[in-house]
Amino acid sequence: MKFTLKILKDFPAYLWSGWGAIASILLFIALWDMGNQIYGNLVLPSPLETFQTLIAMLGDESVIAEIKTTLYRASIGFGISLVVGTTFGLLAGFFATASMMSRPIVTILVGMPPIAWIVLAMIWFGMGDETVIFTVIVASFPIIFVGSLQGTRTLDGDLKEMARSFKLPWHMKFFDVYFPHIFSYVFPAWVSGLGMAWKIVVMAELLATSDGIGASLAVARSQLDTPTALALVVIMISSLMFVEYIILEPIKREVELWRS
Amino acid sequence: MEKLEVKNLNHHFGFTEILRDINFTLNKGQVLSVVGPSGGGKTTLLHLCAGLLDVEEGSATNTFVSSSFAFQDARLLPWKNVIDNIALGLLAAGEKKRVAIEKSKKIALEFGLEEDDFDKFPKDLSGGMRQRVSFARALVVKPSLLFLDEPFSALDIGLKKELQSILIEMISKKEISILFITHDLMEAIRLSDEILLLKADPGHIVKKFSYDLAQNQRDDEYVYAQSAKILQDKEIITTFELEIK
Repeated sequence: MKFTLKILKDFPAYLWSGWGAIASILLFIALWDMGNQIYGNLVLPSPLETFQTLIAMLGDESVIAEIKTTLYRASIGFGISLVVGTTFGLLAGFFATASMMSRPIVTILVGMPPIAWIVLAMIWFGMGDETVIFTVIVASFPIIFVGSLQGTRTLDGDLKEMARSFKLPWHMKFFDVYFPHIFSYVFPAWVSGLGMAWKIVVMAELLATSDGIGASLAVARSQLDTPTALALVVIMISSLMFVEYIILEPIKREVELWRS
Repeated sequence: MEKLEVKNLNHHFGFTEILRDINFTLNKGQVLSVVGPSGGGKTTLLHLCAGLLDVEEGSATNTFVSSSFAFQDARLLPWKNVIDNIALGLLAAGEKKRVAIEKSKKIALEFGLEEDDFDKFPKDLSGGMRQRVSFARALVVKPSLLFLDEPFSALDIGLKKELQSILIEMISKKEISILFITHDLMEAIRLSDEILLLKADPGHIVKKFSYDLAQNQRDDEYVYAQSAKILQDKEIITTFELEIK
């Protein structure tokens, strides 16, 4: 509770520190507009046109439904990865054999290109939700698993000994000694896992489904509707930026205040 | 009567013999030092006595009602501020949060920390300050027995004296018993009622020295004189010089 309040209290100062970021985004948009003036509307629509299309799209219920579909798939996939990845990572971290055995498997999972997973998933599950969700899980699971494994493996033996010398009860051992350390590894892994999930969900949709943002992107491509394609990209990026900079980053800052 | 009694204690790590046939008794209100060269098994002995390692052969019976441990390095929790670090032992002993914080603040001030430091994380403290916090954490629980694992070795002379005089005051009030591990003979002479000399490979006790003068009456002269005397002891020479070779 105290923690949440502190995050909220520091939030305005955090936002205020974002002017530099906003300036750089505006500069990027200026470059984009320059690109439009050089290459013309078909190749690169102007930012103005893109944002106008975007606003029109956001007023359209069918587009909102597509966004919701994508959001649903990404959250289910990411949610499963988060729970399963964190749990297995912790378990593997506590047992030396398990962490040794899991390493090559993680390498395989990380090394396998997501596009290959999509093809396999299309064969296994057909065209639909399952294929997309499966791909999202497979892509974000190893990131979260490794983060959680590292967190557990790197627990400081000296601190464990200190905890034992003060005869800390198990709940204090967990919440005061283990948890903050593990969390400082797991949380960044969740953030990168989320980024990965959000990218993969669109890619999988583009190839394997007929609805969602990815599918809309495929339609825009076939109709050479560049403004719509770009507007969709803007939706993707701005939603990711919102989650990352407005929600996760302030939490991360508070959580990692103790780090040097 | 509270005491720590070690009988016929042997210890191995794998096939390496670390400690052989250790015997001693530490009574309430006493300060017992174990001196010896580094790598001689001193820390292992301390860990066995404190229950951080399991005794395999022989026994180490601790009947003191409470104990705490001050390590060579501070071992503070990096994600907790100064006060929360000090309060850790109190909370573990079941003290109410508010009382624990209050006691911690009080002892922090006694140990030369300032109110500005209370909310700092260990990363923002100097090495000496960290050691103060670590000491405060060990002493705030008012332990009946204190285990000290060379806690002064990384400190400058001023801070070393300051922390030692806090201990000496507690010793002269008979508030505390101490099992003290060090390789610094002068430190041992300043604080101890009894010094055990631990020779390495495997660690075994070769000699015992006793000091009767009350700790708060030992001045520098006394410590220097006794150190000079002890340094001429044959066992001391062989035990420590073996290391140099």
